Amino acid sequence: MKNKKTLRAPVSQKAHIVEKPEDITTIGGTIAIEINEKKVTVPLGTTILEACQQNNIHIPTLCHHPDLCVAGVCRLCVVEVEGMRTLQASCAYPITARMKIKTSTPMVRKARKHILDLLLSEHYGECYSCVRNSKCELQSLSKEYGIEEFTFGHIKEPKHVIDKSSFSVLRDMDKCVLCKRCVRTCIDLQEVGVLEATYKGDETTISTFMDRPLAGVICINCGQCINRCPTGALRANDPSDAIWNSIDDPKKHVVIQTAPSPRAAIGEEFGLEAGHSMTGQLNTALKRIGFDGVFDTNFTADLTIIEEGTELIIRLFKALVNQDPSVSLPQFTSCSPGWVKYLEHFYPEYIDNLSSAKSPQQMFGTLFKTYYAKQKGIDPKDIVSVAVMPCSAKKYECNRPEMNDSGYKDVDYGLTTRELAKMIKEAGIHLPELPKDSFDSPFGDASGAGLIFGATGGVMEAAIRTVVEFVLGVKVEDVFKNANVEVVRGFEGVKYAEIPIGDKVGPVPDLIKHLVPNWDWLKGATLKIAVAHGTANAKKIMEDIKAGGKFSECHFIEFMACPGGCIGGGGQPIPTSPEIRKARAKAIYSEDESLDVRKSHENKHVLRIYEEFLKDGPCGHLSHELLHTHYTKRGKYIA
Amino acid sequence: MENEKTNRVGSVIFSEYERGEAVKKAAEMSREDILGEIKISSLKGRGGAGFPTSTKWMLTAAAKSDEKYVICNADEGEPGTFKDRVLLLEYPKLVFEGMVVAGKTIGAKVGFLYLRGEYEYMLKSLHDYLSEMKQDQLLGKSICGKEGFDFDIQIRLGSGAYICGEETALIESLEGQRGEARNRPPFPVSTGYKNKPTTVNNVETLAAVSQIVTKGGEWYKTYGTNKSSGSKLFSVSGDCKKPGVYELPWGTKISELLKLVEAEKTKAVQVGGASGVCFPKSQFERTLAYEDISTGGSIIIFNESRDMVKVLKNFMEFFVEESCGQCTPCRIGNVKLLEGVEMIEDKTFTFNYINKLKELGKTMQVSSKCGLGQSSPNSFLSILENFSEEIFNGRNGGKHEK
Amino acid sequence: MLVVEKNSLTEEIEELVAHYGNDRASLLPILQDVQRKHSYISDYAQQEIARVLDIHPVEVYGVISFYSFLYSKPMGRNIVRLCQTITCDLQGKKAVAEAIERELGIKFGGTTKDNRITLEYANCLGMCDQGPAMLINDKVYSYLTPEKAVEILGEV
Ligand SMILES: Cc1cc2nc3c(=O)[nH]c(=O)nc-3n(C[C@H](O)[C@H](O)[C@H](O)COP(=O)(O)O)c2cc1C
Ligand code: SF4
Ligand code: SF4
Ligand code: SF4
Ligand code: FES
Ligand code: FES
Repeated sequence: MKNKKTLRAPVSQKAHIVEKPEDITTIGGTIAIEINEKKVTVPLGTTILEACQQNNIHIPTLCHHPDLCVAGVCRLCVVEVEGMRTLQASCAYPITARMKIKTSTPMVRKARKHILDLLLSEHYGECYSCVRNSKCELQSLSKEYGIEEFTFGHIKEPKHVIDKSSFSVLRDMDKCVLCKRCVRTCIDLQEVGVLEATYKGDETTISTFMDRPLAGVICINCGQCINRCPTGALRANDPSDAIWNSIDDPKKHVVIQTAPSPRAAIGEEFGLEAGHSMTGQLNTALKRIGFDGVFDTNFTADLTIIEEGTELIIRLFKALVNQDPSVSLPQFTSCSPGWVKYLEHFYPEYIDNLSSAKSPQQMFGTLFKTYYAKQKGIDPKDIVSVAVMPCSAKKYECNRPEMNDSGYKDVDYGLTTRELAKMIKEAGIHLPELPKDSFDSPFGDASGAGLIFGATGGVMEAAIRTVVEFVLGVKVEDVFKNANVEVVRGFEGVKYAEIPIGDKVGPVPDLIKHLVPNWDWLKGATLKIAVAHGTANAKKIMEDIKAGGKFSECHFIEFMACPGGCIGGGGQPIPTSPEIRKARAKAIYSEDESLDVRKSHENKHVLRIYEEFLKDGPCGHLSHELLHTHYTKRGKYIA
Repeated sequence: MENEKTNRVGSVIFSEYERGEAVKKAAEMSREDILGEIKISSLKGRGGAGFPTSTKWMLTAAAKSDEKYVICNADEGEPGTFKDRVLLLEYPKLVFEGMVVAGKTIGAKVGFLYLRGEYEYMLKSLHDYLSEMKQDQLLGKSICGKEGFDFDIQIRLGSGAYICGEETALIESLEGQRGEARNRPPFPVSTGYKNKPTTVNNVETLAAVSQIVTKGGEWYKTYGTNKSSGSKLFSVSGDCKKPGVYELPWGTKISELLKLVEAEKTKAVQVGGASGVCFPKSQFERTLAYEDISTGGSIIIFNESRDMVKVLKNFMEFFVEESCGQCTPCRIGNVKLLEGVEMIEDKTFTFNYINKLKELGKTMQVSSKCGLGQSSPNSFLSILENFSEEIFNGRNGGKHEK
Repeated sequence: MLVVEKNSLTEEIEELVAHYGNDRASLLPILQDVQRKHSYISDYAQQEIARVLDIHPVEVYGVISFYSFLYSKPMGRNIVRLCQTITCDLQGKKAVAEAIERELGIKFGGTTKDNRITLEYANCLGMCDQGPAMLINDKVYSYLTPEKAVEILGEV
């Protein structure tokens, strides 16, 4: 991702193209330089910042971000280079010749302090009333540089109105330091293109098209901009006050579902390193906070696999056996609401390719206010359903007008990992110290297949585990070692795999017997699948499909709006980086391996739902009514 | 607009020149010979930075690429500069032929003239001139009948942004972007327009090239000083009887220039426009030359009746508006300097704070991303340094009428 | 906007793109041409330009708002830009500005009721030897005095 050269990004924001000079000082593509009088050797084209980091020399940065291309605009990272009149921005300076660098001279320190003074002079607001208090880069830099007063004054009146139009993302431009990380995220990393710098000089502001409210433009609510904003200028729309009110209301029955990714990351909010899974502790915390039922979204993830997998089988059967030309293939996953909205805006002509299955969050929401309400004998209107998600787009999703198949708003509140951590802290609980607890019945513990939904490729892997067993009639472990489908794992932007079915097929399992007579029609076929994470990668696949390329021949494609999948979601703890996302994914995969049940169709609670409630089976009438949805062709035009 | 004069006097740029001379001569020369001639002339960039033109061309010529570009920087936005206007209106032959010569030398087939939006009124005459050049085989395919000597010139208009005179911001603008300066390195000579090797030269630099190619580098060097060869066009405005464009050899003293333009009771001379330095009377014997006062040629004269705080305020307002706004020191720093000037104007300042602002100015000079923020504190620092007596004590006891 | 107007704008933009090429480098010339004809670049025009150049509408808006000669809101039929920079200031810009404001009954930044003139300040126009100077659309006027300026404005 780092050296990505997209056409979209302004050249000034692109990664450097460094040609190797034919210079005698450069032997073997490395170069000897001096940093603070210490001799070090670095590969040609390494930036001064990277060279310093590799040698454990700390340089303050603000506009630099490991996921994004170079900007070089905040100027905090300046260093002195011998022989140069001006200081150089270390994040933007590729080393191609010998040089002597000094990272902490009086001139450097003074410049950095001045720059902070300047930023603070225009930074409206107080730290103690900011979501990013103690997690703000501007704040920690101020501490680092011992800022004790506002040397150049301090703004007293806000200049902007906070844009609260979006269900997902709030924009408070009075806190913006114009690092343009959000711009580079939205235009370059995500290729959605909602935010850009507008005007010039002292009027420069990050804005949307014609300064429209965020809800009025084509924002997909992915929240990636929030994750990369160094300050509180961008934040999620936080419903925790309303949730507290419901908890405190004795008439309300407040249930909560937790998605797989928050548990792999929430420890970071409590000072743990990335990569600690907190499933059990989180359950305890939620119960102590006062939720009346604590459930695992993985349960509906398993359900999603059954519904979405069945839908795929139906589509394939119609296309291959009935030769029905109206069937849209490849089928696209629909569990990432950021991706769904992206498709609705940018590729509306493909909405029929989206699986009609709701996302796990929304399936659970519907079940809470139907099946669960009935089981518990509670009036659904008294149920408040909360979803803990790694995602800011989930807030938008639960507010879609069509998401009320239970007769009520299926999910009342989407809560991010960060917001939940805040609630836990407010309740005076230190999460890492808690004992473990399990999920509540009647949904109980889910399978590892549901769990790995959190990482890119996870939905696909879960689907493969089930489809392989359904169709081939063998254990998935016989096909993929340890049931780990490695081909779809990892952080490659676009992954592609083929699964040959061969001549041996199994019997059709009972669950879907009424839908297909046998598997003979799949004999000799090759299942083609692909996985993309981050909408920029999704775009690559979509453009290929439009052009009739190899992805148009796929059968099933997993799309996630966020880089890394949900573990890198816009509601996850800040900061994010490739390393952090890797650690979170690792936590999820190792938890999966530790579980007994690792396949969705082996989740006994899911099977029970089909026996007790959704009696006409996957993709049956009732499930269509409750667990499936429809989409809107939105297009790109901003009215 | 008044009619422009046509027969200007000047010994180098304004010397006798017949249309086509440089192109015809260059057509017969090798690229190395042209480079050699420019090198001998020791021509330095006339846009302000004073980078040796032969080095810039050599680097662009040496860069490996199938596509290269020549850009003539006609964004002339520095307050007090208008020499490029005169060159483009009266001597387009020198400018365009200089571009053709540059194209041949670096191996480019396309050149852009980036003309500031304010000069749109020239567009028609410039286009007409280009057509004439084409008819005369001085432009287009097979120039002067030489197979492979192809060069075409396109004119692109700016849209009112001073920063687009900065070469990398100019390139961004040509690419359809906001005019925000790029990180350097890489430099345009290797990574310029559309990431291809590009040489960006000022209008006057290219005009000088035409004269040098025609008359020789040695001839050029006979003008000016040892370290500053040739002549310079000075745009003189402000308090004098004869404002206008003057061609003078490098090494001219400020006092000599003041005499020439019939300035009286001069108190201060701003050399280099808003981003330049303001000199008091005591320094009028200094010379205009790279080794002393290096400049792009803007000379603004202030007589004794002028309030230097007002002057400074005007400059700082200019920068607050014209900064591209991407980097912190320039975007906010200029606002702070302007606020400081207003405090002086209102007499609400403290010396302590003004000293802090001076320190800030120095930080801006070294930490801003591009030349704008690096030079915008110049007038603040020099005016407060050279005119502090007047500003804080003189003139109505330091009062400044609004 | 009426559908017919939209269609003709789309057609116009497509023609411009055909002329300048569908590369982002054509953005400024296209914006300048659209503005020359319509006095500003409407929301719809911006989105159409973004569509044909395959860039995001907000990028078009970012560019328009960056350049002080490009507008995303309707302007008067004639744009008057008086130089506010140093030399013109020394040479009597203030008196000229006040005379114009009085005569037109609007302030700088405003547009006359009949939409005939929008008044703006500009930075140095490169006419410092002949100041005060102003641009009316693409024409430059120099050696202004209050009377002369008002007279010129009377004729546009
Ligand atoms: C803010 C700023 C504005 C500039 N404006 C101009 C200009 O209007 N014309 C110009 O030729 N150079 C201008 N320059 C200098 C150019 O960046 C560049 O150095 C010059 O065009 C190179 O040409 P030369 O080597 O022929 O001088 C400007 C530089 C800065 C930092
Ligand atoms: S939420 Fe996503 S689409 Fe919306 S502005 Fe942020 S990065 Fe762009
Ligand atoms: S909103 Fe945040 S990320 Fe965007 S420019 Fe401002 S401070 Fe940076
Ligand atoms: S110094 Fe000023 S003009 Fe230059 S990049 Fe920084 S903000 Fe932009
Ligand atoms: S971190 Fe290097 S300029 Fe901002
Ligand atoms: S100062 Fe007005 S034209 Fe230059």
